Amino acid sequence: MAMLTVEDLKIYYSTPLGHVKAVDGVSFEVKEGEVFGIAGESGCGKSTLVHSLILRKPPMVHMGGRALFKGKDLMTLSPEESKKIRYTELSIIPQYAMNALNPTKKIKDIVWDLAKEHGYTDREEVEKLLRERLSMVKLSPKVADMYPVELSGGMRQRATMVVSTLLNPDLLIADEVTSALDVTTQRVVIELLHHFMKEGIVKSIIFVTHDLALLDKIADRVMILYAGKVVEIGSTEEVINNPAHPYTRLLINSLPRMGVQYKKQKLKGIPGYPISLLNPPKGCRFYTRCPYALDKCPSEEPKLVKVGNEHYAACHLLGGESQ
Amino acid sequence: MSELLKVEHLTKIFTSGFIGGFEIRAVDDVSFTIKKGEIVSLVGESGSGKTTIGKLILRLIQPTSGRILFEGKDILQMSKKELRENYYRQVQAVFQDPFASFNPLHPVDRAFDLISESYLTDVSRDERKELVRDALRQIGLNPDEVLGKFPHQLSGGQLQRILIARALLLKPKLLIADEIVSMLDASTRIDVLNLLGDFRDKYGTSVLFVTHDLALGYYISDTTIIMYRGTIVEMGDTEKVFQNPLHPYTRMLLESVPDLNVKWEFKGIEPEKEEGTVYSLQGCRYAPRCPRATRLCFVRRPELIEFEKNHWVACHFYY
Ligand SMILES: Nc1ncnc2c1ncn2[C@@H]1O[C@H](COP(=O)(O)OP(=O)(O)OP(=O)(O)O)[C@@H](O)[C@H]1O
Ligand SMILES: Nc1ncnc2c1ncn2[C@@H]1O[C@H](COP(=O)(O)OP(=O)(O)OP(=O)(O)O)[C@@H](O)[C@H]1O
Ligand code: SF4
Ligand SMILES: [Mg+2]
Ligand SMILES: [Mg+2]
Repeated sequence: MAMLTVEDLKIYYSTPLGHVKAVDGVSFEVKEGEVFGIAGESGCGKSTLVHSLILRKPPMVHMGGRALFKGKDLMTLSPEESKKIRYTELSIIPQYAMNALNPTKKIKDIVWDLAKEHGYTDREEVEKLLRERLSMVKLSPKVADMYPVELSGGMRQRATMVVSTLLNPDLLIADEVTSALDVTTQRVVIELLHHFMKEGIVKSIIFVTHDLALLDKIADRVMILYAGKVVEIGSTEEVINNPAHPYTRLLINSLPRMGVQYKKQKLKGIPGYPISLLNPPKGCRFYTRCPYALDKCPSEEPKLVKVGNEHYAACHLLGGESQ
Repeated sequence: MSELLKVEHLTKIFTSGFIGGFEIRAVDDVSFTIKKGEIVSLVGESGSGKTTIGKLILRLIQPTSGRILFEGKDILQMSKKELRENYYRQVQAVFQDPFASFNPLHPVDRAFDLISESYLTDVSRDERKELVRDALRQIGLNPDEVLGKFPHQLSGGQLQRILIARALLLKPKLLIADEIVSMLDASTRIDVLNLLGDFRDKYGTSVLFVTHDLALGYYISDTTIIMYRGTIVEMGDTEKVFQNPLHPYTRMLLESVPDLNVKWEFKGIEPEKEEGTVYSLQGCRYAPRCPRATRLCFVRRPELIEFEKNHWVACHFYY
């Protein structure tokens, strides 16, 4: 069953120079019981996409498409309705988790404000749960009595994660939650997400990250975005072991493998610059950097085509004819 | 290579809460040096004191004890004026949280204006503009896409790179780089690391590269320092530390690097043991988690010893 169905979603930013087309016709589905990964270049629209599901405020504008969450279109909810389901049904751990927490309040007070707002009455119970969850992410229960500024970057990231999941949301969106964590703490966080899923505390997770190795560990399916468009989507194993789109292939190739040193062998990223989202090319958005670009790539947009079992990619090399 | 920065017995104790508060030994008797043109990576668990060391070197916070020498001069003795006119021109930093490093009320360009007004006084306005645009291009950003925008209009990785471009604008002698590539995709990450390497090769800039990603540390750094709860447990030549890890903590770290196609077995979660005891522990900080720990480890703090040339470890096992 689908927990979330996103159809041809367009989320732009309106600026004096025109629309920044940060999410431009994106479709995907997150099933119940699944961890859905999203990866892609810095600035390609990942945070825009996930934030638009929760809170759209100017200059962010919804230009089209739907996002059905448990039968309701998130794009048409009123601010009050959005607020009501936030934390209890749909919750996000934002990318700026490190300073998402009110700096003038202790962690336990932040949590209590939030719980109160959602109708909880027993403060002791809530704090007990908070301390329990803190220790699950290897934080001392004392952190409940501390202010966000007293915590290190990674500690704050984990504290925010605990706050965002305390009220057991059905769908949890995690935007770069492990980016500032060392390998062992990353593992703790991933174990915790796994635990939430196993116990049914959280039913589905959208996991946004740059870390493909980590996606490989936790995500059932992944979606690769490039400049506001889906370039590839499929089961994690397929996409990582058998990438079809040139961008995905180049991205996977630029992962530094243990044992390579700058002094001896210089690795190379993908040459060229990301395109401007104000005036994206009509055709494939990757053509300016693609080593395989064909004559029609600049002008014709490739459609997603099936390249394997539940595995799709949008590239003319794969026969993505426009209809 | 000569010494650029020398940190001696640096300690920082934070106190949390006023009455009935508790102490956190964020940095505990740490000593190391950074040579001219050397890239040193600082690796360690979340909360092990890495950012605190960076802030101490920048004098954003005062140490509880210890000394920090920059080109032989004690920075704790420097006046505000000396810091501003000399030290900050040569020592630049990019901190972990890009969203917090900008004033939300101003376009990001202001970050460049402030720095060029104070330090690039002999350069004309137009030249400054071109310098900024060049710096942005070098770091893989399209100047037209980012200049004139407010911080909330940019993505995490874009902000991170603007901060790097700004820090490098002055061609500092030392760059403190705290998790500066954490929000970048693999391809952009490599570009930024190569830029740091090129910069070092060209201008002799030393870098303290704080990272949680061991593969990146290995790729770019000459020297590696591994921290655990405020103390250095191992340090030395990067190749030696990675090829022949000595400390049980370093070994554990290297074994837990997630690799593509190596499946993880989910072991379930075990709640954290009370941390306070670790911070007040007499012996080795790692003892409660160490598979090799003996009685001695709990009662005496192991000193850093030079196990082989330019490879140091603090573990009783190697005495
Ligand atoms: N308020 C805004 N006004 C105009 N443009 C914006 C605004 N917010 C974001 N953008 C632009 O939209 C694009 C997508 O940004 P977004 O934050 O979604 O990227 P991202 O994929 O999350 O990147 P990262 O991996 O670096 O976090 C970027 O090019 C960014 O500059
Ligand atoms: N202003 C402060 N007041 C009280 N305690 C603090 C303060 N700043 C840091 N600490 C504590 O000092 C310790 C080290 O923090 P630091 O930020 O240096 O860690 P870090 O190694 O950078 O971790 P991370 O990888 O998570 O960023 C932590 O236990 C933190 O709680
Ligand atoms: S459609 Fe053309 S430009 Fe785009 S990725 Fe495929 S070959 Fe490259
Ligand atoms: Mg983002
Ligand atoms: Mg830090």
